[in-house]
Amino acid sequence: MSEHEYKPKSKAGKWFNDRLPLLTLGAHLTDYPTPKNLNYWWTFGGILTFCLLTQIITGIVLAMHYVAHADLAFASVEHIMRDVNYGWLIRYIHSNGASMFFLAVYIHIFRSLFYGSYKSPREVIWIIGLMIYLLMMAAAFMGYVLPWGQMSFWGATVITNLFSAIPLVGDSITTWLWGAYSVDNPTLNRFFSLHYLIPFLILGLVVLHIWALHVPGNNNPVGIDIKKPSKDTVPFHPYITIKDTFALLLFMIVFAGFVFFTPNVLGHSDNYIPANPLVTPAHIVPEWYLLPFYAILRSVPDKLGGVILMFGAIFILFVLPWLDTSKVRSAVFRPIYRQFYWIFVIDVLMLGYMGAMPAEGIYLVLARVGTVYYFLHFIVVMPLVGLFEKTDPIPMSISEPVLTGGGAEPSLAKKDNGKI
Amino acid sequence: MSKEEKNVNRRDFLFTASYTVGAVGLGAVVWPLIDQMNPDKAQQALATTEVDISNVEPGKSITVLWRGKPVFLKRRTPDEIAEARAVSMDDLPDPQKDEERVKEGKDEWLVMLGVCTHLGCVPLKDKGDYKGWFCPCHGSHYDVSGRIRKGPAPKNMEIPKFEFVDNNTIKIG
Repeated sequence: MSEHEYKPKSKAGKWFNDRLPLLTLGAHLTDYPTPKNLNYWWTFGGILTFCLLTQIITGIVLAMHYVAHADLAFASVEHIMRDVNYGWLIRYIHSNGASMFFLAVYIHIFRSLFYGSYKSPREVIWIIGLMIYLLMMAAAFMGYVLPWGQMSFWGATVITNLFSAIPLVGDSITTWLWGAYSVDNPTLNRFFSLHYLIPFLILGLVVLHIWALHVPGNNNPVGIDIKKPSKDTVPFHPYITIKDTFALLLFMIVFAGFVFFTPNVLGHSDNYIPANPLVTPAHIVPEWYLLPFYAILRSVPDKLGGVILMFGAIFILFVLPWLDTSKVRSAVFRPIYRQFYWIFVIDVLMLGYMGAMPAEGIYLVLARVGTVYYFLHFIVVMPLVGLFEKTDPIPMSISEPVLTGGGAEPSLAKKDNGKI
Repeated sequence: MSKEEKNVNRRDFLFTASYTVGAVGLGAVVWPLIDQMNPDKAQQALATTEVDISNVEPGKSITVLWRGKPVFLKRRTPDEIAEARAVSMDDLPDPQKDEERVKEGKDEWLVMLGVCTHLGCVPLKDKGDYKGWFCPCHGSHYDVSGRIRKGPAPKNMEIPKFEFVDNNTIKIG
């Protein structure tokens, strides 16, 4: 929290603030000392908040017109598209908004991986973030089911059947999730209910995420601890607010590009066919943001094994702060890790591509290689590189490389190496 | 001293008893909230379907919907039956004789859930490496008896409870 005590100027303000210190909170958020060297990869927190609010607002509006019934859902979505005033716009913002949300969250996560933002003392921020990510996937999956098209129905069937892989109780759990003996009207109904609930859970976690962030303060591209407030920091407002707003505007241009010019490019055309429980589409693919995990699931020729690896691919991220043994946060000063980082990025992108392709031939082979590497990166590369890597010298402060005109003196930085 | 000890014991008992009653009460409230998600009476009421099979030629099959899931009813040719029975048990990931999958005396009728045991897709008929069914989702191959032969599915396609009402009618469920 801020170092200084906030005193409201007006008498009424003081009266209110003594009873509920909202003005103190506001002052804290305004003055919050932020590292002055944050680059544009740090603007995605604000962008994500925008995405969440966009989804909540458009979602509430869509729920005023949508009917969560197996016989009516598909028609009600078409009703929104054709009859409801601006319904097409609101629905396209909501459906593309999900993709934009994931685009932003992936950049946000990979920024964290590059600059070591998940490391001590920020493990709890990281873990809350992953919980948000998990809830996002649940919300996106259930939302995709609601139009009750072919991909909705069969996506729901495949994903809920993942739980049937659990030994002994799997089938009972699947039936319980369905509320029927297959994906059916009760399933659609409850998915709608939960789809409406989850964004508010996410909102609560976002508050905790930011709260946990404001305890140690932001990490920064150099990855060193800084004194707050100091000449290494700037107040959040107006410095960061204006920068975040500018980045948000650029992001909104991309967002609007999808909504107005190619609103269906990220979806699957089969979802404009009403759900038919007798016919499975030839190629079932999830939305693009789940493809890497889908590739991992399919790369294992065993049902339970595939499900375990797929969930494992996400849950391994929770222990990442303890798998990474390096004391240096930022990959800027980690020449070896930096290379593995980019290999990992390529690996995830490749897995995503394999997830979209049929699971056969060379695609299956590459998906298996990608899956093995995915886990090697966390289980082998992260611990070992941290132990053996010779890191570059680290500056004493953020101001230093600027004021001394370039890199730090090696002798100066060396003694700082261990302190991080 | 002994008086104090006695008090402590009495208090411990009260704590334990309170927590126990509280836990039972909580469970009694939570269970209805969980169980409401299980299939309701309307869903359970759809548990049987009668199918007229008089129009199915040998070698052909029909698909009906039962409890929201497709059921394949295939009238197999003698060749197909012979082929299914010639398979060695060692070649099967989920060993099961063809005889166990049909009703005795009605060997030509294979009645099974048309649901892949991997992740629940509907397999395509007359496809795959074993002339039976092939699941397009993740590449599982089934033979003419609906048994898994290759791919990620762990089990044979399930045989539902069914009976012959008469020669032309099958009741599923």
